[in-house]
Amino acid sequence: MTETSQSVSQSVPQPEPRLELVDVRKAFGPKVVLDGLNLSVALGESVVIIGGSGTGKSVTLKCILGLLQPDSGQVRIDGEDTVGLRGAARERVLTKFGMLFQSAALFDSLSVWENVAFGLTEGAGMEREAARAIAIDKLAKVGLDEDIAMGDPSGLSGGMRKRVGLARAIATEPDIIFFDEPTTGLDPIMGDVINNLINECVQDLGATTLTITHDMSSARIIADRVAMLYGGKIIWAGGVDQIDDCDNAYVDQFIHGRETGPFALEVT
Amino acid sequence: MGNPLAVIGRVFLSFLATVGRLSIFTGRSLSAVVTFPFYWRLCLQQMMTIGYYSLPVVGMTALFTGAVLALQIYLGSARFGAESAVPNIVVVGLTRELGPVLAGLMLGGRVGAAIAAELGTMKVTEQLDALITLQTNPFRYLVVPRLVAATITTPILVMIADIIGVMGGYLVGIHQLGFNSAVYLKNTFDFLEVTDVTSGLVKAAIFGFLIALMGCYHGFHSKGGAQGVGKATTDAVVSSLILILISNYLVTAAFFSQ
Repeated sequence: MTETSQSVSQSVPQPEPRLELVDVRKAFGPKVVLDGLNLSVALGESVVIIGGSGTGKSVTLKCILGLLQPDSGQVRIDGEDTVGLRGAARERVLTKFGMLFQSAALFDSLSVWENVAFGLTEGAGMEREAARAIAIDKLAKVGLDEDIAMGDPSGLSGGMRKRVGLARAIATEPDIIFFDEPTTGLDPIMGDVINNLINECVQDLGATTLTITHDMSSARIIADRVAMLYGGKIIWAGGVDQIDDCDNAYVDQFIHGRETGPFALEVT
Repeated sequence: MGNPLAVIGRVFLSFLATVGRLSIFTGRSLSAVVTFPFYWRLCLQQMMTIGYYSLPVVGMTALFTGAVLALQIYLGSARFGAESAVPNIVVVGLTRELGPVLAGLMLGGRVGAAIAAELGTMKVTEQLDALITLQTNPFRYLVVPRLVAATITTPILVMIADIIGVMGGYLVGIHQLGFNSAVYLKNTFDFLEVTDVTSGLVKAAIFGFLIALMGCYHGFHSKGGAQGVGKATTDAVVSSLILILISNYLVTAAFFSQ
């Protein structure tokens, strides 16, 4: 960044980030997973966190959602530090979120449309008939018809489950949506379908998104900005168009999938 | 091998940690029972699953227990000429002890395992996390309906088991041991006291609560994949059966000690 641009950025007031992690630390016993993580996501921005397995990507999402409590640091959502919130205060914050889980995490005991409408009926207290109409509309948006809506989730393929999970994540029209490995386990064509659906749905809603993935083709389609997590910290962050030209050896090794490089692979 | 005292210390600390986790889990569950929303539909579903669908296994257990009890008491009491006590001992034995305890043990195996396996699978497939992100408290949505349903339906099951068990003893008494039908029934009802039945039903409510609590607790704390769910299921059954036997002694002592 040049000196001129630095002075301009200091003089123009920056909008408050929709989501901000400040010096977040989380350890499980002696294993330190997040070691002073800093990250901010602006309103309407799509940030993708990349990183190897076990680097703390899922832990980061769980700390933001309150599923795990950070040992220290702040998780600010619209300026409010949400660490330690419980009960009704936590539920109020969670109304801002939607999430597509890696395994889709559909409820086996409910039909497909009931899964999609769950946040509306149980979270927002909407009448079942009204919620059902919205669920069927959201399922249509992800390319699933009414016959599937009435069926059982156990009969769905991996790609269909992801699409139902996506419909559930957007059903309540949240401000912030998390995608946890949205294309893992899918064939490349279905992966591309999911990526495009994510882009369409997010553009429709104008939502802020945070995605974690290993899949670089997915990251290139979804992201405005990419952040690399390693050693419990964000070691590089930049625009998706900068990732191929960045001079960070870790990022370079990761995006090209090379065996040799600075990553210490534990293959023994 | 480490220092034996250190091993004992670690085991003791681990035990205290488990007691602490279970106490917190129980407290959160009970506070969720008395706060809104209450999921009536789920509670009724669980009553069907826990109560109605357990009726055949509990009924069969009670029928043959009553029958065997009549036979054994007859054979034993014949040694000192007290055969006429068969109906009295069958009804008291069933209502006070065998009805609630055997129903509790059967439900501990059937219901406790099912709850732990279902919730354990939900835990390892991130469905519990999904519930939370959808602004739904898992304690209210999953634990409370199971606790309430088990606590209400187990005494009902035990009451039915008592009746079926007495019928089992009656059938053996009449058809195999040569008792007069009217005398058998008169002895049964004359000897029976209200406390005999109520103590059994109180035990049943406690057993139902413990079975559901252990199933939910171990399901919520399962780890890993299929192996973790299997371990949670085993732990739920074993712990609920042990707690049933311990609480049975405590309730019996509270009701009948002078």
